Amino acid sequence: MGTKTQSIWDIQIIRMALLDAFLKLSPRCQIRNPVMFTVYIGSILTTALFIQALLGHGEAPAKFILGITVWLWVTLLFANFAEAMAEGRGKAQALSLRKARREIVAKKLAKPDRKSKMTLIQSGKLRSGDIVLIETGDFIPSDGEVIEGIASVNESAITGESAPVIRESGGDRSSVTGGTQVLSDWLIVRITTNPGETFLDTMISLVEGAKRQKTPNELALTILLAALTMVFLVVCASLLPFSIYSVISAGSGKIVTMTVLIALFVCLSPTTIGGLLSAIGIAGMDRMIQANVIALSGRAVEAAGDIDVLLLDKTGTITLGNRQAIEFIPIEGVSVGELAEAAQLASLADETPEGRSITILAKEKYGLRGHELRELGATFIPFTAESRMSGANLSGKQVRKGASDVIETYVQEQNGIFPAQAHKIVEQISSKGGTALVVAEGRKVLGAIYLKDIIKGGISERFAQLRKMGIKTIMVTGDNPLTAATIAAEAGVDDFLATAKPEDKLKLIRSLQAKGHLVAMTGDGTNDAPALAQADVAVAMNTGTQAAKEAGNLVDLDSNPTKLIEVVEIGKQLLMTRGSLTTFSIANDIAKYFAILPAAFATTYPVLNKLNIMHLATPDSAILSAVIFNALAIIFLIPLALRGVSYSRVSAGKLLRKNIMIYGLGGLIVPFIGIKVIDLILMSMGVV
Amino acid sequence: MSGNGFLQICIYVLALLIITKPVGLYMAHVYENHPIWLDRLFGPFERFFYRLSGIQTTDGMDWKRYLIAMLVFNFFGCLIVYGIQRLQFYLPLNPQALSAPSPELSFNTATSFVTNTNWQSYGGETTMSYLTQMLALTVQNFLSAATGMALLIALIRGIRAHESSNLGNFWVDTIRGTLYILLPLSFVFAIFLGSQGVIQNFKSNQKITLLHPISYQQAMQDQAGHVMNDANGNAKMQTIHMTEQVIPMGPVASQIAIKQLGTNGGGYFNVSSAHPFEDPTPLSNFFEMLAILFIPAALCYTLGVMVNDRRQGWALLAAMFLIFIPFMCLAVFEEQQGNPAFTSFGIDQMAKSNLFPGGNMEGKETRFGIINSALWATATTAASNGSVNAMHDSFTPLGGLVPLWMMHLGEAVFGGVGSGLYGMLLFVIITVFVAGLMIGRTPEYLGKKIEPYEMKMASIGVLIMPLIVLFFTAIATVTKAGVSAIANPGAHGFTEVLYAFTSMTNNNGSAFAGLNTNTPFYNMLGGVAMLLGRYWIAIPVLVIAGSLAKKKVVPSGEGTLVTHSPLFIVLLASITIILGALSFLPALALGPIVEQLMLWGQYGH
Repeated sequence: MGTKTQSIWDIQIIRMALLDAFLKLSPRCQIRNPVMFTVYIGSILTTALFIQALLGHGEAPAKFILGITVWLWVTLLFANFAEAMAEGRGKAQALSLRKARREIVAKKLAKPDRKSKMTLIQSGKLRSGDIVLIETGDFIPSDGEVIEGIASVNESAITGESAPVIRESGGDRSSVTGGTQVLSDWLIVRITTNPGETFLDTMISLVEGAKRQKTPNELALTILLAALTMVFLVVCASLLPFSIYSVISAGSGKIVTMTVLIALFVCLSPTTIGGLLSAIGIAGMDRMIQANVIALSGRAVEAAGDIDVLLLDKTGTITLGNRQAIEFIPIEGVSVGELAEAAQLASLADETPEGRSITILAKEKYGLRGHELRELGATFIPFTAESRMSGANLSGKQVRKGASDVIETYVQEQNGIFPAQAHKIVEQISSKGGTALVVAEGRKVLGAIYLKDIIKGGISERFAQLRKMGIKTIMVTGDNPLTAATIAAEAGVDDFLATAKPEDKLKLIRSLQAKGHLVAMTGDGTNDAPALAQADVAVAMNTGTQAAKEAGNLVDLDSNPTKLIEVVEIGKQLLMTRGSLTTFSIANDIAKYFAILPAAFATTYPVLNKLNIMHLATPDSAILSAVIFNALAIIFLIPLALRGVSYSRVSAGKLLRKNIMIYGLGGLIVPFIGIKVIDLILMSMGVV
Repeated sequence: MSGNGFLQICIYVLALLIITKPVGLYMAHVYENHPIWLDRLFGPFERFFYRLSGIQTTDGMDWKRYLIAMLVFNFFGCLIVYGIQRLQFYLPLNPQALSAPSPELSFNTATSFVTNTNWQSYGGETTMSYLTQMLALTVQNFLSAATGMALLIALIRGIRAHESSNLGNFWVDTIRGTLYILLPLSFVFAIFLGSQGVIQNFKSNQKITLLHPISYQQAMQDQAGHVMNDANGNAKMQTIHMTEQVIPMGPVASQIAIKQLGTNGGGYFNVSSAHPFEDPTPLSNFFEMLAILFIPAALCYTLGVMVNDRRQGWALLAAMFLIFIPFMCLAVFEEQQGNPAFTSFGIDQMAKSNLFPGGNMEGKETRFGIINSALWATATTAASNGSVNAMHDSFTPLGGLVPLWMMHLGEAVFGGVGSGLYGMLLFVIITVFVAGLMIGRTPEYLGKKIEPYEMKMASIGVLIMPLIVLFFTAIATVTKAGVSAIANPGAHGFTEVLYAFTSMTNNNGSAFAGLNTNTPFYNMLGGVAMLLGRYWIAIPVLVIAGSLAKKKVVPSGEGTLVTHSPLFIVLLASITIILGALSFLPALALGPIVEQLMLWGQYGH
C-alpha cells in the first residue's frame, strides 16, 4: 500500500489525470453529472456558433465566440481533471494491490488433514469450501478461515504493516486474506469466498472508485444543484425574449446573443460544486484508505459523520491492552520482599509489557536490583499461549507465575495445596477491576501480583472533544459495575455498560437506535458480529474473524480501535467540503451578475453600465473574464476538494459561523477581485 | 421622513409583535382541539355540521387522503364561483342588472379566489353583482384562507409526528379554522370598519348631485373609439361638465374584513382600499394594514407551540422581519425621496413638517400619504394579500421594485395565511441542508432528517415559482396578445407584465396596473399560473409532511444544528433573499432597475 503521506500533486497521477480529462469528454461520462452536462451542451452549441461565425454568418465576432467556446471546454476539462485526479490516487493503490492478486498455485487437500491427498490447483479455481494447505513461504491463495495450525503471516501487502501477525485456528485471529504470505509454520485453511469476491478484489474495486455509489447526502445535493441549474436555464432562456422586447421598445441596441446567454448560464449554474462533486466523494473514500480504513459502503463513510453515540470496548481502546503491576500482595507468612523477588525472577524471561512492568515494580518499589541473568545460571521458561505461565528454574528453586487457575493446577500437580487465602486475594483484586497473577515457588503459593488497567494517555481529552462534536461515548466492558465506573470516570466517558455479554451490546445498540441515535462501534470477534451488523457504522478489525469483517461496513487494516474517531472526522469532512463548496458556488453568482448583466444589455440601455461596478474594460472582456474565473475556480479548488475542508472539533454553531465566513462571505467577495484581475490581464495582453 | 412617519412605522411593527403571541397561542388551541371559550358558542353548530356531513373527527388522514380532500374541496369551490358568476344575471341581489362576465374572465376569477390569489381582471363595482361578491367571492375568501392554514397545520403535524402517517383531518381543520379563527375575527373587524364609515348595504348605485360641479378637457373619440385628430395632428379636445356622480353601493364591510385578514386582497371596488368606502380613515387604514400580517405572523407562534419549542416560531418570525423591515425602509425612502422629474418642474418634494410630508404623491391618497402607502405596499406583497391603498404603477422605480421583489421571494416572508409559512419552511429545509452539510452532519430540522426525498420535494416547491413567472412573462413579451395590453412603453411596460405574472403565480393578486389584463390571453395564462403557483407548491408540501411524519425523531445534542440561533436566522434570511435575487435579478435589471437609472440619469443631480 502506498505511503500514508501521499502528496496531492504526484507527477505520475497528474499525467494520467490529464489524459483522463480528455477521455471523460465522452457523452456517456458527462451525462452522469447533470450540472456539467448542461455545460457540455452549452460548449457544443457555442462551438457550432463559432463555426457559423467562421462561415460569415456569426451573431458576434468569431474571435469572441472562440474565446468563450475555448473556456467552456476548459471548464469541462477542469472538472474532468478533478475527478481523474481523485480517481488517480486510488488507481495507483489499486495497481500495487493487483500485484498481490497474482495467480498462485494452491495445495488443495481432500480432507482437513495435513497428511491427506494433496492436489495442486490454480488459486483462481478455488471455490468456497475448498480446503488448502499453506506452508512456510507460500502465499495464501484466497480468503479463508484457519481450521488447523498456527503461523506467522506477513500481511503487509494489504495493511502496509511490515511486522508479521499470528494466525491460528479458533478464536478471533483465524481469518486469513488472499495475497498475504505465511512466513513460518503451516496452516490448513477453509476457503470462504469465490474468485472475484475476495477481500482483495473488493479493496481494488473500492480504491479504484468503480463500485462507488452516490451517498444519500450527495444525492440530495445533486437534486438541489439540478434544481438550481434548471432555474438558471430558464433565467437565461427568458432573457432572449426580454431582450427582444427591450430592444423593440427602446428602439436601440442589439438583441443579446446566444453566446452571451450560454456564457451567463454556465457562470450562474453551480459548476464549481457540480464539477468537483464526484471528486469530493472519491477523495473522501480515498482519505479513508489513507487512514488504512476500507469502506465497504460509501453510506458508512457519510453515516460516520452523523453518528452521535460511540460504543467503545474498554480493553485496547480506553485502556492499554497491557496492564501494569502496581502491587505485590503476599499470603500470610510470606514477606512482601520474598514475593517481589520471586515475582521478579519469574518475570525475567517475560518480555511482554506486563512482565516488564513486574520487574520494574520490584526494582523501584522494593529496591530489588535486577539480577544478572548469566550469574544466576538459571533456565527460563518463557510465556507461551499453551502453558499460560512463565518462570525460571534455579538451582533447587522453581518459580512460576500465571493466572490463578493455571498456577492452581501447577501446584496441585506437585501435590501442593492452593491456599484459600490466595483465592481471596485474587477475588479482591478482580473486584477492584484489576487482574491477579499468582506466584508460586515450587508447590508453595507466595501471593499475587496486582495488575491494573492503565488508561491511555490523552484519551480523556479526546472524549471531551467528541462531546463537543456532539458524540456521546459509551464504554463496554465485562468488568463489574464498580470497576467499570472507576475506569469510566477516570477516562471521561459519558456512560458505560458493565458486565457486558455480547448479546447485551446488541440490545444496547437496538435501544439506542430506537431512540433515534446513530451508533458506531468497533469489533473483532465472531461474537461481535451481530452487534456490528446492527450498528450504523461498524468498524471491523482486520485482525478479526471473517464473520466480524463481513458484518462490519468498514474494515480497519491497522486494527486500531481508536480509529473510529478519525473515521468520524473523515465523514464530517466529506459533508463539510460539499456544503462549503456549494455555498461558495452560489455566493459567486452575485459578482457574476454584476459582470455580465451590464455587458449583455448595455447596448439597449447604456445606463446599465452603472452596474459595472468592477469597471471591466469592455462588454466582451467582462463576459470572458467571468467565464474564465468560473473555470479557474474549479482548478484552484481541486486541492481543497481532495484534501477536504479543515475540521476542528468545536460545537456546531462555531463551525457553521467559521465556514459561512470563509466560504459564504469569501464566495461573495473573491469573484469581484478575481474577475477584475482577469479583466486587467486580458486587457494588458490585448486579447479583447 | 418626518418623526411622525417614523413613529407610525414603529407602532405598526410593535402592534404586530404584541398580537403574535396571544393570537398564535389561540390558533394552536383551535387546531389542537383544546377547549376554547368560543366552543360554547359554536360547538353545537360545529358538531351538528360534522353529523350532517358524516365527518368522523377522529379519522386521521395520511398525506394522500389529505391532499385529495383538499383538491376536491377546492375544485368544487372553483366550480361554484364560476357558476355563480356566469348565472349572476338570473340570480337575485343584482340591482345594477350586471350581465355575466365572459367565460375566460369567470375562469380567471374563479381560480383567483380559490387559490387565495384574488387577482382581479375586473372592476368589482361594475362587473360583479352583490350576490356574486358575497356568495362566490367572500365565501372563497374564507375557504381559501382556511385551506392554506389547514395545509400548514398538516405540515406542522408531519414535523411533530413520528413513525406515523396521521396528518389530521382536512375537513375538521378547515371547519375549525373558519369557525373559530376567520369568522369571529372578521365579524369583529367588519363591525369596526363599519364604525369608520365602510358601507354595508344592498342599495342600488346612488346618483348624487355634485356640490362643486367640475369641468375638464378630454380628447374626442370617433365611434370606433379612436382619438380624433385636428388638421395639425393634435387630438381634438372637448370640455366636459360634471354635475352628477354615480356612487356604487353594496355589502362592503363584510368582504373587506376577511379580504384583509385572510391575505386575500380582492377589493370590493376596482381601486381596492384606495376607495374611501373600503378604507375611509387613517385609523381604519392602520387596522387594515395590521390585518394583512396579523394571521401570517401569529402562525409562526402557532408553529412554535405545536412543535413544543416556541423559540422555533420566534426564529421564523425574526427571519421574516429581518427581510421585511429593510425592504419597507427602502420603499419608504424611495417614495419620500420623490420623483426627480417632478423636481425639474419646480415641485418641492422635500418633507418640511408633519403637515407637509412631501414625497412622490402620484397615485397616492392624501389621507394616507407616503408612509402608509409604502408600508401598505410592502406589507401587502410580503404577505400574499394583494390589496392596495395606492397605485404601485405610480411608485418610483425602486419603490415599485420593493413590492415586486417581496413577491419574488416566493411569498415566504409572511406570505399567505398558512401558505406563507409552509413556503418559508421549504426555504428552511434548503437552509438546514446547506448549513447541515457545512457542519458535517446529515441535515435535520426539529429532529427530522432531511433526505434526498424531502430535498426533491422542497426543490420542486421552490423551483416552480420562478420557472412559471419567467416563462409566462417571456411569452407575454414577445407575443402580440401580450404586448398589446401594455399601456406604458419601455422598461416600465416590462415591469407591468413581470409584475402581473409574479403577482398571479405567487397568489398575491396585487396589480401594478397599467396593463389591461382582461383579455383572453392574460385571463387564461394567468388562471393557469395561479393554479400552478398554488397547487404545485401545496402538493410537495403535503408530500414532505407525509414523509417527515414517518421518520423517527433524532435526539438533539451538541452536534445538532441549532435552528433558532441568530446565526441561523441570518442564514435563512440570506438564502431566501439570494434564491430570489438569483432568479430575478436579470429581469429586474431590465425593468425597475434600468428605469431608476434612466430616471435619475436624466433628471438627477
